[in-house]
Amino acid sequence: MHPALQGIVTIVIGVGGCVGYFYFANLLLDKVLFPARGPNIGRNINRANMIRPWVFLFPAMFALGLYLAYPVIETMRLSLTERLPGGEYRFVGFENYTFMFGEAKFWEAMRNNLLWLIVVPAASTGFGLLAAQLTDRLRWGNVAKSIIFMPMAISLVGAAVIFKLVYEARPEDVAQIGILNHLYLLFGGSEPQQWLQVPFWNNFFLMAVLVWIQTGFAMVILSAALRGIPEETVEAAIVDGANPFQIFFKIKIPQIMTTIVVVWTTITIATLKVFDIVFAMTNGQWETQVLANYMYDKLFRANDWGVGSASAMIIMLMVTPILIWNVYNARKEMR
Amino acid sequence: MDSMAGSKPAVVWALNLSVLALVLLWIFPTLGLFVSSFRTGDQITASGWWSAMFPAEQTLQIRAADPDDNRVEVGDDLYVVEGNLFEGQDFTGEMNAWGTSSRALGAFQPGDTADLGDGETFTLEADGAYVWQGNGDQISGRAQRVFVDATTPPEFTLENYNFVLFDEDNSEGMARAFLNTLTVVIPATIIPILVAAFAAYALAWMDFPGRALLIAAVVGLLVVPLQLALIPLLTLHNAIGIGKGYLGVWLAHTGFGMPLAIYLLRNYMVGLPRDIIENAKVDGATDFQIFVKIILPLSFPALASFAIFQFLWTWNDLLVALVFLIDATGETTVMTRQIVELLGTRGGDWEILATSAFVSIAVPLAVFFAMQKYLVRGLLAGSVK
Repeated sequence: MHPALQGIVTIVIGVGGCVGYFYFANLLLDKVLFPARGPNIGRNINRANMIRPWVFLFPAMFALGLYLAYPVIETMRLSLTERLPGGEYRFVGFENYTFMFGEAKFWEAMRNNLLWLIVVPAASTGFGLLAAQLTDRLRWGNVAKSIIFMPMAISLVGAAVIFKLVYEARPEDVAQIGILNHLYLLFGGSEPQQWLQVPFWNNFFLMAVLVWIQTGFAMVILSAALRGIPEETVEAAIVDGANPFQIFFKIKIPQIMTTIVVVWTTITIATLKVFDIVFAMTNGQWETQVLANYMYDKLFRANDWGVGSASAMIIMLMVTPILIWNVYNARKEMR
Repeated sequence: MDSMAGSKPAVVWALNLSVLALVLLWIFPTLGLFVSSFRTGDQITASGWWSAMFPAEQTLQIRAADPDDNRVEVGDDLYVVEGNLFEGQDFTGEMNAWGTSSRALGAFQPGDTADLGDGETFTLEADGAYVWQGNGDQISGRAQRVFVDATTPPEFTLENYNFVLFDEDNSEGMARAFLNTLTVVIPATIIPILVAAFAAYALAWMDFPGRALLIAAVVGLLVVPLQLALIPLLTLHNAIGIGKGYLGVWLAHTGFGMPLAIYLLRNYMVGLPRDIIENAKVDGATDFQIFVKIILPLSFPALASFAIFQFLWTWNDLLVALVFLIDATGETTVMTRQIVELLGTRGGDWEILATSAFVSIAVPLAVFFAMQKYLVRGLLAGSVK
C-alpha cells in the first residue's frame, strides 16, 4: 500500500477509533453497566460519574505512561546493564557510568553542554528582551517582530544549512560566498576562516544558530509581559524623574522577572536537548560534541546501549531540577 | 506609550535604526539561502549572494575561433580570423572593456584595435565581433585569449527547483521525501489533538480523586527529554511487531506531543466560563454532550495553537524519524534526513543544498505566517516545553 494512502487510512482509523472509543465507552457506561433507571438509579449515576473521568483520560494516560514515563525507568535499568549477544542483559552496576566518566569525549560533551546552557538562554533572553522593548513602540514593530519570530518555524536542520552558508569559507584568491568571511575580510581579516573548525570558538558559532531560533520565542513572551505592566508604575517613575534606562531596569524588569525565569528555563530545556544542529553541522568533530549527540553516537553507531542510556540519564538528571520546580509551581497555582 | 514617546527625533532615529539592524541580522541568513536557491551553481561560486541582486562586474576569459580551421588568406602571408566572441557563450551583459593579457585586463575599449606586435592585430567590437589579423605563424596554433570586462544583469533561474523536485533521474531529489514527511505529519498532528482534548476536559471540568496529581504528572512529563525514550521504545516496537515504519513514528509523535497538548488544552478549558457548563448540566446534558457540543467548539483557538506546534515540531523533526521511521532501505526518508545526507554528499553544491533546504522550510514558513496569531496565543498560554 502506498504510504500516503496508508496515512489517510491511519487518520481515518485513528480519528474514527478515538471518536468511537469515547462514544461507545460512554454509551456502555450509561446504558449497560450503570443504567440511569431501575431501583438503583441514584447509585448508578454516581458510579458512572466516578468512572467517566477515567474513560476520558485512559488513552492519553496510556500514551503518556508508555511513551514518557516507562522509558525513564527502562533507560535507568538499561544504564545499569550490559547487552550480551543473544539479547540477554547482565547487571553491571555503575560500570557504564565509570566507563563514560573515563572518556574524554564525554567530558568534552559535558563542557560544551554547560557552555550551551549558559550562553544560549542568556543570549536568547537578552536579545528577546531587547527586541521586545525596542519594537514595542515602533509603527512597523509588528513587521519587525514577525521577522525575528520567523526562525521559530524553521527546522534545526534547515537552520544548519542556512548557517553553513553563512560560515562558508572559500580559498583566499576567489570570491567569498559566506557572508561572515566576506565581512571578516572587509574589516581587515587576513585570510578566510573555517569558522566551524576552530576548536572552542566553533561552539559559539553553533550556539548562534539556536540563539537565532529561540530569540523570537523569548521576544513574543516578554513583549506580552511588558505590555502587561501597569502603566501607573511607569508614569510614576517618569514623574519622579527617572531616565529611560532606570525605568527599564528598575521598574520594568523586576515586574516581569517571573516571566523572564519561565522563558529562561524553557530555552534551557530546549538547549539541553540540542541534537540536530550539532549532528548536521559538525557531528561533534573539532571539539563540538554535546550530550545528545554523544548519546546518539553511543546508541546507534557504537551500539553500546549501556553507555548510551547512561548518558541519557545524565540529560534526565540535568532537567530534573527544572521538572521539580515546574511541578512545584503548578501545584502552588492550583491551590 | 511611555517615556520615549514624543522624545527627540535623534532618539527616534536611533531606535528605528537599531531595530532595523536587528531585523537585518535576523533575516540575512534566511535571505541568503533563498536567493541562492534561484542561482546556478556557477553563479553561487562566482560571487556572494548579496551581490546577486545587482548587475555584476565580471571578467570572462574567451578564446577566439581555432585559427587553423577558420583562418582566411587575404594577402601575401596575411591571414584573418573573423567571428563573434559571444557566439556559443551564455552572455547577456554589456562589455565595458577588454584586454588580451591577464596583466592588462581592461586595456582596450570596445572598437579598439590591439597591437599584438610584429604586425599582429586584434579588433573587438562591443557586440563581440572581432577581426584577428597577422602572418601565417601568428595566426596558427592556439587561438588568441581575450579577457572581457562585462556587466551582467542579475539572473535568476527556477532550474534548481525543477531539478530537486521534478527531475526523475535525480536519485537525491526531494519529491519522495516531501511526500514521506507529509505522510508522517498529518496523522501525527490530528490524532494527539483528539486524545488530548478528552483528557484535558476531564482534568479541567470533572471532579475525581487524584486529579491534582495527574496534572502535576503532566507538567512533569512536559520536560522529560525524548532522548530517554529512544531505545526502550524501539525495543518495544520491535517486540510487538511494529518495527521501524510509519505506524511507529505516528505513535511516537502522539506520545511525545501528549503532555504539551494536555497542558495547553487544559489551561484553556479551565478558563471557559463556568456558567455555560453548569447550565448545560442543569439542562440534563451529559459530560460527553457538553464536551462535544460546547467545549470543543469553544476551544478552537487552543486546538489550533497546539495543531500548529505539533505540525511544526513533527515537520521539522529529525531524531524521531531517524530512530522510529527510517530503515536501512531509506525508502521512507524524510526531508530533514535527506538534507543531512546532502550536507554530507553534496557539501559544496550550494544550489542543490539551498533549494532542498528551502523546499523543506517553505511549508512551515507558510503555516507560520498564515497562523501566527494562534501560534503566539499558544506560546503565551503554555510556555513550557
